[in-house]
Amino acid sequence: MQRYILKRLIQAVVTVLLMTIIVFLLSRLTGNPAIFLVGDYATDEDIARITEQLGLDRPLPEQYRIFLSNALKGDLGRSVTGDRKPAVEIVLSRLPASLQLAGVALLVSVLVGLPLGVVAARRKGSFLDTSARVLALLGQSVPPFWLGIILMYVFAVWLHLLPTSGFGGIRYFILPAITMSTVMVAAITRLTRSSMLDVLNLEYIKLARIKGLSERVVIWKHVLRNSLIPVVTFIGQFLPIMITGAIVIETVFSWPGIGRLAYEAAMYRDFPVLQAVVLFVTLLFVFCSLVVDILYAYLDPRIRYTN
Amino acid sequence: MWRSPAVILAIAIIGTLIVVALFAPYLAPYSPKTGELENRLMPPFWQEGGSTDHILGTDTIGRDVFSRLLYGARTSLLVCVLAIVVAGSIGSLLGIASGYLGGWADTIIMRITDLAFSLPMILLALMFAILFGPSFTNIVIILSLVLWAQYARMARGETLKIRNYDFVALARIAGCSKARIMITHILPNVSSSLVVLATLQVGTVIILESSLSFLGVGLPATTPSWGIMVSQGRSYIVSAWWLCVIPGLAILFTVLSFNLFGDALNDYLNPILRIR
Repeated sequence: MQRYILKRLIQAVVTVLLMTIIVFLLSRLTGNPAIFLVGDYATDEDIARITEQLGLDRPLPEQYRIFLSNALKGDLGRSVTGDRKPAVEIVLSRLPASLQLAGVALLVSVLVGLPLGVVAARRKGSFLDTSARVLALLGQSVPPFWLGIILMYVFAVWLHLLPTSGFGGIRYFILPAITMSTVMVAAITRLTRSSMLDVLNLEYIKLARIKGLSERVVIWKHVLRNSLIPVVTFIGQFLPIMITGAIVIETVFSWPGIGRLAYEAAMYRDFPVLQAVVLFVTLLFVFCSLVVDILYAYLDPRIRYTN
Repeated sequence: MWRSPAVILAIAIIGTLIVVALFAPYLAPYSPKTGELENRLMPPFWQEGGSTDHILGTDTIGRDVFSRLLYGARTSLLVCVLAIVVAGSIGSLLGIASGYLGGWADTIIMRITDLAFSLPMILLALMFAILFGPSFTNIVIILSLVLWAQYARMARGETLKIRNYDFVALARIAGCSKARIMITHILPNVSSSLVVLATLQVGTVIILESSLSFLGVGLPATTPSWGIMVSQGRSYIVSAWWLCVIPGLAILFTVLSFNLFGDALNDYLNPILRIR
């Protein structure tokens, strides 16, 4: 197990480093990145000055070294808009909002999706099963940004039940979290259902029943535990999609998170901030998939030996 | 598969979409780009103020919503098909090569695929958009970058399953080159899973493309795309609901049909030999 963890850790570090290289190269692709780092109103002299200051006329590998050492010190440049705060500071101030939303959405998705999938599997063929499957299919087919807009219109504008946007108490979480979790609930329901159906037919379940265990114990202790493995893998894989889906949902609901920060940075051509967001999100991704992989190897010992 | 009415409906919708996409210029009553300003913000024909001239109403500069919807189908399907074909071809070939050749080719390709899976592609797409500006080519490239790794992974898995079968060994004995074996022997046998993957991905790609267009980093703002229509209609949702709701419904039903069809195809091509 130790070796597996070490392997995955090294992989994670390599991935992050590679991402920094990609981000670094992307910014140098279109000529002098100073143009992106100074904003729209710079003069030629400003550009020349910045170029020299940031060492952009040095050879590429040396530039990368400077970039990397700055990054490790926590300096990823400054925003070109507003009061020109350090990019890292801006990202860190918006991170909690995104994490909270993602957390709530994940919780809701699991709390709704898992039981739905279990019930659908147990009463296969029933009306409940069919409706669960239909809802799951719909949930996966709905464009999230549109759903957010519609929900906002119905519940906030028309019925005045919930706020349209902003960040404050629990009321502000409801609509964005529902929008965000729709796709996940759908996927978790389907996955749990099919995974459980697979496991329910396996030999050791029949043995548990023959042993005389109550059906409830059989389902919740034996079947569910083993059906969860694909679900856990899926959540791990889906986390990245959720974080990126967050961009759209945060934009629709004006949620002060890093998704919307990325969008605004893209709109206002605030390259340092966008760069910082990309790097932070990559770190998050890599960390999440590392945790999920280790969890997965812990749940299913077969994984440790086949890798 | 042919017995379920839902699947038949899905296939019918997909068929209609393809026809619409191909013949949009002939089917659309108006141009999607120029509007008649005297007719701006007309509601759909069933509401008061609407007329059958513009059955789904007009937008803020008088463009006919129905025509834009038809052209939007064309745009979405075109982007989708291109992205999937590009991603699928490159991904599958890399996956087959990785699975069949093994050794360092396998390791390198696998590392690259792992990288592709663990990087936030959408954010890279945003960066692309700043650097290169929104355009048709760019969005196809970005979408392909997001999608290709799944094909590689699946192709590799399927290739690994069949590479030790007799017919491959026989081809080797007969003197076939590695390239020939991979293309003429392995590829046809892994293609059914890849086709299913492609079908299941269409829905995702359409949502992805419309999301990017909604944000303004996908297609150029003048293109008739459903995502852009939703984005432009968003500010008018209280007064002119049809501008935002109708394109969204179009996306919903399109993706729904493709997902239904993909599921049915999956069940049909990969029958599970257990009693469920």
